[in-house]
Amino acid sequence: MASLDRVKVLVLGDSGVGKSSLVHLLCQNQVLGNPSWTVGCSVDVRVHDYKEGTPEEKTYYIELWDVGGSVGSASSVKSTRAVFYNSVNGIILVHDLTNKKSSQNLYRWSLEALNRDLVPTGVLVTNGDYDREQFADNQIPLLVIGTKLDQIHEGKRHEVLTRTAFLAEDFNAEEINLDCTNPRYLAAGSSNAVKLSRFFDKVIEKRYFLREGNQMTLSPICWQMFSIWIPGFPDRKRFGGGTLKSLHYD
Amino acid sequence: MRQLFKDYEVRQYVVQVIFSVTFAFSCTMFELIIFEILKVLNSSSRYFHWKMNLCVILLILVFMVPFYIGYFIVSNIRLLHRQRLLFSCLLWLTFMYFFWKLGDPFPILSPKHGILSIEQLISRVGVIGVTLMALLSGFGAVNCPYTYMSYFLRNVTDADILALERRLLQTMDMIISKKKRMAMTRRTMFQKGEVHNKPSGFWGMIKSVTTSAPGSENLTLIQQEVDALEELSRQLFLETADLYATKERIEYSKTFKGKYFNFLGYFFSIYCVWKIFMATINIVFDRVGKTDPVTRGIEITVNYLGIQFDVKFWSQHISFILVGIIIVTSIRGLLITLTKFFYAISSSKSSNVIVLLLAQIMGMYFVSSVLLIRMSMPLEYRTIITEVLGELQFNFYHRWFDVIFLVSALSSILFLYLAHKQAPEKHMAP
Repeated sequence: MASLDRVKVLVLGDSGVGKSSLVHLLCQNQVLGNPSWTVGCSVDVRVHDYKEGTPEEKTYYIELWDVGGSVGSASSVKSTRAVFYNSVNGIILVHDLTNKKSSQNLYRWSLEALNRDLVPTGVLVTNGDYDREQFADNQIPLLVIGTKLDQIHEGKRHEVLTRTAFLAEDFNAEEINLDCTNPRYLAAGSSNAVKLSRFFDKVIEKRYFLREGNQMTLSPICWQMFSIWIPGFPDRKRFGGGTLKSLHYD
Repeated sequence: MRQLFKDYEVRQYVVQVIFSVTFAFSCTMFELIIFEILKVLNSSSRYFHWKMNLCVILLILVFMVPFYIGYFIVSNIRLLHRQRLLFSCLLWLTFMYFFWKLGDPFPILSPKHGILSIEQLISRVGVIGVTLMALLSGFGAVNCPYTYMSYFLRNVTDADILALERRLLQTMDMIISKKKRMAMTRRTMFQKGEVHNKPSGFWGMIKSVTTSAPGSENLTLIQQEVDALEELSRQLFLETADLYATKERIEYSKTFKGKYFNFLGYFFSIYCVWKIFMATINIVFDRVGKTDPVTRGIEITVNYLGIQFDVKFWSQHISFILVGIIIVTSIRGLLITLTKFFYAISSSKSSNVIVLLLAQIMGMYFVSSVLLIRMSMPLEYRTIITEVLGELQFNFYHRWFDVIFLVSALSSILFLYLAHKQAPEKHMAP
C-alpha cells in the first residue's frame, strides 16, 4: 500500500492567491474552512489513477508541495525555499484572477523554480528577465490555475479570460480557472477535471515512461545557438514547441 | 508610492490620495521651518501659512484618517458588510473618546481655550507623536550599532546550514509518508463504503450508522501526529532562513562596504551611549536645556579656543544646516523603516488599513518632531513656533521624550540581549 510510486509537483504563486485552499480541495475533496498563512512549505498527497479506464491503469501518489511566500522576499528566504525545488516533476502556477500583479509575478516564480533544475546548456541565463527560450526546452510540465473566479463580475469575465489565455500560452501550459470554495468546478467529468487528470498523467509519463525523451535535448541547444548567432531568427516558440512536443509523444 | 505597492495593488484611489496629502503637508511644515531660518517670504505671510498648514494637518489626522481606518477594518469583516457606515462611525466615536481621555493625566490642559481649539488637539497629537518618536529612536539607537557591528555576528558555517536543511527535508518526508497512509485509508474507506451501500439499501444505512469504521479513528491519530510534525517543519524553515541571513551578513561584512559600515557602527554606538547618558542626566537632575547645541557649541569654541568670529552670522547658517540634516535623516529613516515594516506584514486584504495607519503615524511623527525641533534652534527662530502653537508647555514634552527614550532604549537592550543569548542555544540542541 505504501510502496506506490510517487511524483512531486510544486504549487507556486503569490501570497493569498489560494494555494492552500486549492491543495486542500485537490487532495481531500473538501473546501478548506479556515485558511491561514503558510509558513515554509506544506505538503499534501493525492492518490491518482494513471490512465484511468484503460488496462494499463496504475495508481500513483502525487505529492503537492505548497510553498509559501512572496517573490519579493529577502534572498535568505529564497535560498531557504530553494531546498524544496529539488527533483521536481511538475509545477502548478496559481494566480488570482482579481489581482493582475499575481499573474505577472508568475514569470518570476517559474524562473525561480526552474533555474534550479535546468540542465546546464552553456547558455547564459539572464537574471529575472522572462525569456521564452527557457520555457521552450523546459521538460517539466506546467499548469496555470486562476482562482477566485466567482469574484469577477460577469461583464469583465471575457477580458480577464483572454488575458489568462495569453498567459497560459506563454508558459506552453494548460489553464484552469476556478473558485476554490466551490467543489463543483472540479467535479468528475467536467472539463476542468479532465484537464487536471491529463496534466497529472503527463507528469507521471515524463517521470517514469519517457527516459528516451532526454536524448531530445540536443535540438533545443541547436535552436538556442541559432537564435543567438542570427539575430533575426524567427520566434520558434509557436512551431518549435509544437514540433518538439510531437517528437516526444509517439 | 510605487515602491511601497510594488507587489500588491491598492485599488482604492482614496487611500493613495490621503497618504500623499499627509506626506505633502508634513513636508510643507518642514519647509516653513527652513524658510523661517532663511527669512524667505514676508513674516506675516509665513504666519498665515503656518496656521493654515496646521489646521489642515490636524483635520486630516484627527478626523479623516481614523474614520477611513475604521471603514476599511469594518469592510474586511464580512458579517457587518451591510451597515458599514454605521459601524465605522461608531468606531470613530470610540477613537475620539479615547483620544480625549488621553489628555487628562498630563498637565497640558489650560482652561482658557475652548474644546476644539488648535491647542487642545495639538497637545494630544503631540503626546502620542512624542511617545512614538521616543520609542522609535530608543529602539533605533540600540538596534543600529547591533546591526552594523560584526562583533555580534554568530559564526555560521555551511555545514550548519546543510545539516539543518537535511533535518527539514527529513521532517517533510515523514509528513508525506503519514499523509500517504491517510490518503490511502480514506480511499479504501470510500470504496468500501460504496460497495456496502449499493446492494443493501435501507438496512445498509442503519448498519453503517451503528458500526463506525476503525479506519476513521486511525485517521484522527495520524492527523494529530501530522500536525505536530508540520509545526516542527515550520520552525526548521524559519531557523534555516535565519541562518542564511546571518551567513549573508558575514559575507557582506568582509567587503569594503561592510567594513565601512562596521566602523560607522562603532561611531554610532558611542553616540547612542552618549545620548542615553544625557537622557539619564536630564531626568535625574530635572533639567531642561534652555540653549540649543549650536549656540552652546559656538560659545564653547569662542571661550576655550579663542577663535573670534561673528556669532550671529554663523549661528544662522550652522543652525540651518543642522536642522536640515536632522529633518532629512529623520524623514529618510522613518520612510525606510515604514517600507520594511510594510513589506513584512502586508497582505492583499489589509493593505488599505496598513497604508492609512502608516499615514497616521507619519503625520503624528512629523507634528511632534516640529515640536521637538524647537529645542535645537536658536532663540530668535523659536518665536514663530511658539506663536503658532500657542501656550503649550514645551518643557513637558522634552521631559516626556527623555523618559520614554530611556525606557525604550533600556528595554530594547534587554530584548536584544535575550534574543542573542537564546539563538546559539537553539543550535546547540541536537
